[in-house]
Amino acid sequence: MSHSNRLHGGLNLGQAHAETHRQAETMVFGFWIFLMSDLVLFAVILATYADASVHGLADGPGPAELFELRNPFIETLLLLASSVTFGMAALHLKYQDDRRGLVLWMLATGALGLVFVAMEGWDFYSLVVHDDAPPQRSGFLSVFFLLVGMHGLHVIAATVWMLVLLIQIGRFGLMPDVKLRILRLSIFWHMLDVVWVAIFTFVYLSGVAR
Amino acid sequence: MNDDRFPDSELPGHGRELRHYLTGAAVTLTLTLAAFGIVWLSVLPRYWTLGVVSVLAVLQIVAHFRYFLHIDLGKSHRDDLLMILFTSLIIVMMVGGTIWILFNQFARMM
Repeated sequence: MSHSNRLHGGLNLGQAHAETHRQAETMVFGFWIFLMSDLVLFAVILATYADASVHGLADGPGPAELFELRNPFIETLLLLASSVTFGMAALHLKYQDDRRGLVLWMLATGALGLVFVAMEGWDFYSLVVHDDAPPQRSGFLSVFFLLVGMHGLHVIAATVWMLVLLIQIGRFGLMPDVKLRILRLSIFWHMLDVVWVAIFTFVYLSGVAR
Repeated sequence: MNDDRFPDSELPGHGRELRHYLTGAAVTLTLTLAAFGIVWLSVLPRYWTLGVVSVLAVLQIVAHFRYFLHIDLGKSHRDDLLMILFTSLIIVMMVGGTIWILFNQFARMM
């Protein structure tokens, strides 16, 4: 039965949240369209990277010399864990009328996102300072910083969005508008993890594979 | 089965959906470990490694859509699936076309 109540992608709130659930159909669909265009953006930058990382080295260092796998591996685990914690937050929103659990899971998600961004910032710093590989060194490095930096900016934006939502939960409580915003943020967050799968595979793993 | 707050017996769905997320976590973690493991151990020749990690990435993306974004083959929300498949088509065309043209140009410049 519950499957026929599914109106949109992402977690559906269902009949217990009847009003919000009905509004969610068009809202989430619209947001879904934006996300798909965002995916196309990332895919095209990745295609440019695929070319630049082979032909655009300009006698500078290439992926095999610059990248190592330890930090990207930890970053991958952080993002994966944050996807799961956001899933837990969404389940709290759907099944328990329990603001505290929801807020705690969202805080955990945001903290994992922040650690991810900090590690990425550290990676960028050591590339520029220790490896003498700033974006202006070669076409490959320009596109690398563009691609990974764009993903990092998305994570930062999502973290700010989460902070705003936490304030709204505190001030307005779980009114339908706030619930809809949490639903859209959860889809956005999971989509960033999808993009990261492509990045760690085609940038880091493919870069160092021998 | 039905009470006022949870018609259509949504309540027992909690355990099921929790299991759904946890299955997703296990599947994606396994695929991630497999991809990093293959590159770390470098047991295969380079082109085989690239092929295998690419396949693992596609599988993991499908798992993310299935378990975290709740996209499946159900009839009531085909629109989302169609939009994802259309986006995938656009991505394959644009990425494939870009790589094809740029590599071809490079070969001609040599």
